[in-house]
Amino acid sequence: MSEPTLAVENLRTHFFTRQGVVKAVEDVSFCVAPGTILGLVGESGSGKSMTGYSIMDLVDPPGRVVAGRIRLRGQDLRALTPKQMRDIRGNRIAMIFQDPMMTLNPVLRVDTQMVEAIRAHADTGRTAALARARDALARVGIPAPQERLSAYPHQLSGGMRQRVCIAIALLNRPDLIIADEPTTALDVTIQGQILFEMQKLVRDSGAALIWITHDLSVIAGMADEICVMYAGHIVEHGSVDAVLDAPLHPYTRGLIDSVPGRSRKGAPLKQIPGMTPSLLELGPGCAFRERCAYADAACRHDPALSAPVAGRQVRCFHPLLQRTAT
Amino acid sequence: MLAVIVRRLLQSVLVLFLMSLLVFVGVYAIGNPVDILINPQADQADIARTIAALGLDQPLWQQYLIFLRQALSGDLGKSFAYNIPAIQLILERMPATLELALAATTLAVALGIPLGLWAGLKPESWSARLIMTGSILGFSLPTFWVGLMLIMVFAIGLGWLPASGRGPTTELLGIPVSFLSWEGIRHLILPAINLALFKLSLLIRLTRSGTREALLQDYVKFARAKGLSEARVLGVHVLKNIMVPIVTVIGLEFGSVIAFAIVTESIFAWPGMGKLIIDSINVLDRPVIVAYLLIIVVLFVLINLAVDIAYSLLDPRVRIDEAKG
Amino acid sequence: MRSAQTPRARIAADFARSKLALAGLALLLIIVLIALFAPLISPQNPYDLAQLDVQDSRLPPGSASGKGLTFWLGSDDQGRDILSGIFYGLRISLGVGAASTLCAVFIGLALGLCAAHYGGRTDSVIMRLVDIQLSFPSILIALILLALLGQGIGKTILALIMAQWAYYARSVRSAALIERKKEYIEAALCLALPPARIVLRHLLPNCLPPVLVIATVQVAAAIALEATLSYLGIGVPITEPSLGLLIKNGFDYMLSGEYWISVFPGIALVLTIVSINLVADQLRDVLNPRLQK
Repeated sequence: MSEPTLAVENLRTHFFTRQGVVKAVEDVSFCVAPGTILGLVGESGSGKSMTGYSIMDLVDPPGRVVAGRIRLRGQDLRALTPKQMRDIRGNRIAMIFQDPMMTLNPVLRVDTQMVEAIRAHADTGRTAALARARDALARVGIPAPQERLSAYPHQLSGGMRQRVCIAIALLNRPDLIIADEPTTALDVTIQGQILFEMQKLVRDSGAALIWITHDLSVIAGMADEICVMYAGHIVEHGSVDAVLDAPLHPYTRGLIDSVPGRSRKGAPLKQIPGMTPSLLELGPGCAFRERCAYADAACRHDPALSAPVAGRQVRCFHPLLQRTAT
Repeated sequence: MLAVIVRRLLQSVLVLFLMSLLVFVGVYAIGNPVDILINPQADQADIARTIAALGLDQPLWQQYLIFLRQALSGDLGKSFAYNIPAIQLILERMPATLELALAATTLAVALGIPLGLWAGLKPESWSARLIMTGSILGFSLPTFWVGLMLIMVFAIGLGWLPASGRGPTTELLGIPVSFLSWEGIRHLILPAINLALFKLSLLIRLTRSGTREALLQDYVKFARAKGLSEARVLGVHVLKNIMVPIVTVIGLEFGSVIAFAIVTESIFAWPGMGKLIIDSINVLDRPVIVAYLLIIVVLFVLINLAVDIAYSLLDPRVRIDEAKG
Repeated sequence: MRSAQTPRARIAADFARSKLALAGLALLLIIVLIALFAPLISPQNPYDLAQLDVQDSRLPPGSASGKGLTFWLGSDDQGRDILSGIFYGLRISLGVGAASTLCAVFIGLALGLCAAHYGGRTDSVIMRLVDIQLSFPSILIALILLALLGQGIGKTILALIMAQWAYYARSVRSAALIERKKEYIEAALCLALPPARIVLRHLLPNCLPPVLVIATVQVAAAIALEATLSYLGIGVPITEPSLGLLIKNGFDYMLSGEYWISVFPGIALVLTIVSINLVADQLRDVLNPRLQK
């Protein structure tokens, strides 16, 4: 197998607050191959966004990455100096955020924000950079890109703003793109368009994409592999088809069941009982056991990742093996 | 945008009218206009003539119209002490005050914004805490006391800088300025520092809180995710976002700088409008007082108007929305 | 069963968490006591001409007067004890500052509550006045009034009141408008309680905390402003000098090395202002509803 674009091993990111240590990301490992899409799924507070920030070294104090290895095409990112990491950000790894209204600077024009992304990593002249920016906008499907360049963010619609962010991410042809819930703040129709275009762009350029979301239906349509996160841990990992057809972890099962489309009309909507635990008060043991129908005394110990089925991983003492298809 | 300017202009005219009414009432209705406007050393015949000329024997509303007409044509009476038109006296002294105010403002901005940015970037560092403590002292200590201390330390104690007065002036476009000569600058330094201190402290605190808030915003994370240098993130992204409230404060505070120049000019014997008004109050040179009040009101209204216009120019959201609407 | 802490006890406990603020409070209490009991504790009444001897003039700190009195902080050009002068001066400075702030708060409260409660024309008129007044710096307003009215303690207090009321009026109005929208006011209105009662017993107590914080800071600002005006010669008269006037009188002697006449009153002024600011800062943090759990 060729070298994966991104290899994350045992990543731990902790927040050292006055009330205690919050283990936002705990023992997270996965790989992403070139040209593939990995879906990182979980509720808010599961640590999925923080995983993305940890890879980019954008974790704000009082948090920091405390352990683990992050390798981008073999290069150990954690061993880099801040300046070297800055060279990588926006260049070989790009990130797209959730709300484009908040991520684009409201008092700077679109062309300024695009040109600076180019010129931070290459000695390009302003005219050449503007031309590249214009082409990037055209590539993500923005009509009349020249006018959009001289506009301010608030003059564009939500969908267009997000396309601008995507264009910025693609400007320097990164090896890896991390998209943190990029379509959550958009209309459903726009969502579909952007999903389709992102998929196409990734396949065409050969970049790897990590798509972070809480919406399973999005992942079902576009990702190759899926990692399910809960309370900072990865609880299930496998190919999208396998995991969604036959989930091994009770939490994944619960997530799938709570998608409205899957229940019969008229039947009550299924919910996972209880609430996500506060990461501050997590004791030992499986973090999901309070809400799990299969929990027992064994679950009071920390479950490790196991591979009961080939090509899949699960962190559970009672994986749902009965429903597994071969 | 034009609608905004016109609206503000109309409001300003209203304020001017109100203030002129207030000054008029203060001088003609409450005070004794004879005492205020006529030199107490004039003889009876002169007094009678001046009363007739100023229309002091006419009904009050007519007096107000005469007062307005004279004011608009630039005639605000003659100074008792200098025996030249009051307005001329004030205009002669204005460049000195404006130079001091501009020097103080420049100092406050040039030091305040960088210090505030630094304090906002690293709020827990000891340098930031030092800056913040200094800023508290800077705006709570009375300006006149700080001025006295400056004189005591730098002029009397160390002898580095002159204790008072304005240095030699050179002509720049017909206006006497002192910053073009080294001796002139030496005289300008202490008063400018004294006057700048309050505004400097204010700017530091404002910039710091704005920076702290801005650094939490998503666009900062996005800028860093693009791989931009910290200098650019702070100097372009953060700065441009916090500039609007800062510039507003700088503009609005400029008026108060001119007002506080009264204190600094008195301490450092700087020959500006401020010293003139204090001297005039002390010797009861009332036409000068009246003229000063009116001119300062006009100045303030103009400053507020300019700030309003600048505000709508600076914030593209305000500008474009107003154009659309 | 022990009852929960009363709000006052909690505020006091929160306040006491800052050693600096406690130090400031202690200093402030000492200053206030000195000001209140000045005639009783001063070694000399500096304004009783019978007690002065011009031969005692300009003696450095620690020297003895002809009558056996020790000038702990030196004496001025008329033979007056600087220490006593400071005690009496504190009286005037604190008195003028506190009196003007209190009256300004009262006026600001009254007008702000009226504007918030009655709304409409009343509100527009009052707020227009407030806006116009606030667009001029307080020193200018005070200056204009004193230029027109002349010198004197009463006139100084009046000028300071006029310079400050607008600030309170605006804050009170904002706080009152927010409170008005809350449900307990709606309930009171539904019960058809008389407006005065609604305003005084319901609206007012909830608008007080921010006003209290502002007022504390403003007392220091009022004291500083009065000192400035007196220094410029347009504030209190020379027969009842505040610290500002004492500093002014002493300044001319600095050049000849007799620093004590001006410096010690200056230190007293600065200590007063700083202690008030320390207390006010902590009070603001403690009373800030957003910082409370």
